[in-house]
Amino acid sequence: MRSKTLKTILVAATAIAGMAIGGTTIAFAAGGGNSDYEMVHKHWHFKGMRGSYDRAAAQRGYQVYREVCSSCHALEQLSFRHLGDKGAPYFDKAYPNPNDNPYVKTFAADWTIKDIDEETGDVIERPGIPADKFPMIYDNPAAARASNGGSLPPDLSVMVSARTGGADYLYNLLIAYDAKKPDDVEITPGLYYNPVMDGGKIAMAPPLSDGQVDYAPITVTENGETKVIPAPEATVEQMAADVTEFLAWSADPKMEQRKSIGFATMLYLLILSVLMWFSYKRVWRNVSH
Amino acid sequence: MSGHPSTYEPKYAATKWMDQRLPIIRMGADFMSFPSPRNLNYWWTFGGILALCLVSQIITGIILAMHYVPHIDHAFDSVQRIKRDVPFGWLLQPMHAVGASMFFFAVYVHMFRGLYYGSYKAPRELLWIIGCLIYLVMMATGFLGYTLPWGQMSFWGATVITGFFGAVPVVGESLQEWLLGGYSVDNATLNRFFALHFLLPFVIAALVGLHVWALHHAGQNNPVGITPKTKQDTLAFHPFYTVKDGFAVCMFLLIFAFFIFYQPDALGHADNYVRADALKTPAHIVPEWYFLPFYAILRAVPDKLMGILLMLGAIAVLFVLPWLDTSKVRSMRFRPVARMFFLVFLFFCFILGWCGAETPDDMVPFMTFGTNAAGEPMGMNFTWLSRIATFYYFAFFLIILPVLGLVERPKERPDSITKSVLGHDQAAAPAE
Repeated sequence: MRSKTLKTILVAATAIAGMAIGGTTIAFAAGGGNSDYEMVHKHWHFKGMRGSYDRAAAQRGYQVYREVCSSCHALEQLSFRHLGDKGAPYFDKAYPNPNDNPYVKTFAADWTIKDIDEETGDVIERPGIPADKFPMIYDNPAAARASNGGSLPPDLSVMVSARTGGADYLYNLLIAYDAKKPDDVEITPGLYYNPVMDGGKIAMAPPLSDGQVDYAPITVTENGETKVIPAPEATVEQMAADVTEFLAWSADPKMEQRKSIGFATMLYLLILSVLMWFSYKRVWRNVSH
Repeated sequence: MSGHPSTYEPKYAATKWMDQRLPIIRMGADFMSFPSPRNLNYWWTFGGILALCLVSQIITGIILAMHYVPHIDHAFDSVQRIKRDVPFGWLLQPMHAVGASMFFFAVYVHMFRGLYYGSYKAPRELLWIIGCLIYLVMMATGFLGYTLPWGQMSFWGATVITGFFGAVPVVGESLQEWLLGGYSVDNATLNRFFALHFLLPFVIAALVGLHVWALHHAGQNNPVGITPKTKQDTLAFHPFYTVKDGFAVCMFLLIFAFFIFYQPDALGHADNYVRADALKTPAHIVPEWYFLPFYAILRAVPDKLMGILLMLGAIAVLFVLPWLDTSKVRSMRFRPVARMFFLVFLFFCFILGWCGAETPDDMVPFMTFGTNAAGEPMGMNFTWLSRIATFYYFAFFLIILPVLGLVERPKERPDSITKSVLGHDQAAAPAE
């Protein structure tokens, strides 16, 4: 009987594992033409069962977004206050309400928000507050296309989830501009070669260049320990990795809570399963079946 | 309601009063004491698991509906808002989305179990047909629900599926417009899909009620497929099967939890994180994994209407299965030849799923043999693989099962469930 039970469980487990593998490893269809570009598979801090976001990298990533990406790309699903939420790059225990977080306030004020004057009804501009959403970069999609040679810069808030390959896709997209263009890809004016894009063509000019942003040392407090992370050199790879870390958080901001509650849930279910197994054994102990 | 004599004795004045007016406590008690075959294995735990799935989907779904906005301009953002700002929305949304996948996984196990052990044979034909109806409504519900997040796959999936109706002769076009509420998938479509997605789970719940009623009237089938004859052949549902189901439910929840907490997007598609865009068709439109086998059958024939008829036929054939299988022997344990054909059938169902996920013109790995004069690869592509698998799918129901029942020689079956139990478990109990 025992071996039969085990066999049944094994069969079920194999089926599930097959489902999981089939789901997660849908072929990574990168590359246009016959490029010999090889995808770099980075080890991301947020991968794995206990992985968390690298706070310093995500903070630098926000800087890259603000100083580089935000000239064209919006973060329409985010409010400034999200930056100070639990699990977010600028979360600070001292400010459980992210609206009070000084970093968040400063960043919000750094953006200009269009509003309506309650007295006159006029359209006015004012500095942002934490409760504001990140503003749209262009007034409308037509304006966005007009400013970008007919292409629409996509929203970045869920970009890491919206592409097969996720963080690796985005990171490689940002660093792959130097790859040698194969002869069968024809680039028309206004397009650039990028082997990570389907078809090898992208409308975005190479966005990053070495030394483009000035990184500053970052103070992070983790597990009650305050550390100063020295500023790394702002190479293209470094900035690409940092902004990817930030956008990975933006796409899945509750990941850390999810994993920590997940761990407790799985542990609870495991213990319950063991108890259930022994209850089963006890209830059935005198019953042949 | 159940087919066994009630043993419930109301003890208190209040329960006696109740019992004379609405014997609902008696019903619950009879439910718990229901005599179940003593040899049910773990494949039989999926009924309970499915009930849990339905309850979980309805509860999470109702809470999600409180926050979701069924409008093309707001649907995508409202799902993001649920995941970011609604308390525990980050948990509810994947519980519902992953839950749909787990629901289908469990229903497939449940159906294959019924197929293998002949649970559709007399006197359980109606039980099986109600089950098929539940599956059909589940498919509709799953499809409608997948439209709601209004991502690229939602939109294009809805466009492709509703396009099927356009292939119906004569009335197709008007039928399609009537379903969509317009000429294309738009706000009217999203609104009605939301309304129907909210309604259908309760239809499923009602059908489940009938399914359980029929089950309790005919009694459970069991791994040897022999009807219980004596009291010895059965055990009370509680505590024997509540505890066994409980253990199986825990194992199921462990897998469910793994996906919710660690791989919430693994069973979905990245394109659904892109807002629906009627002007931009995704490179590959694929349905959710649980529809892939039917998608492969649909694409196996070049004619659209034929493809749709075949796909519908693939489900319709399940409804008449009780009359296609001519064998009197329920369990395939005693039908070695049928068992072989069943395993091949299972294999081809997975093959169909694989074909549904791939591009039809692509070559099947390991089945390409060089190139022809024009430099094109030779061998088998996925269209032909899905044709072979589709042929076997229908042949299994329409040829193999009807013929096999007449010509095969089943193995000798034990006289009773108790005999069969003692047969392989002699150490546990002394022979009579």
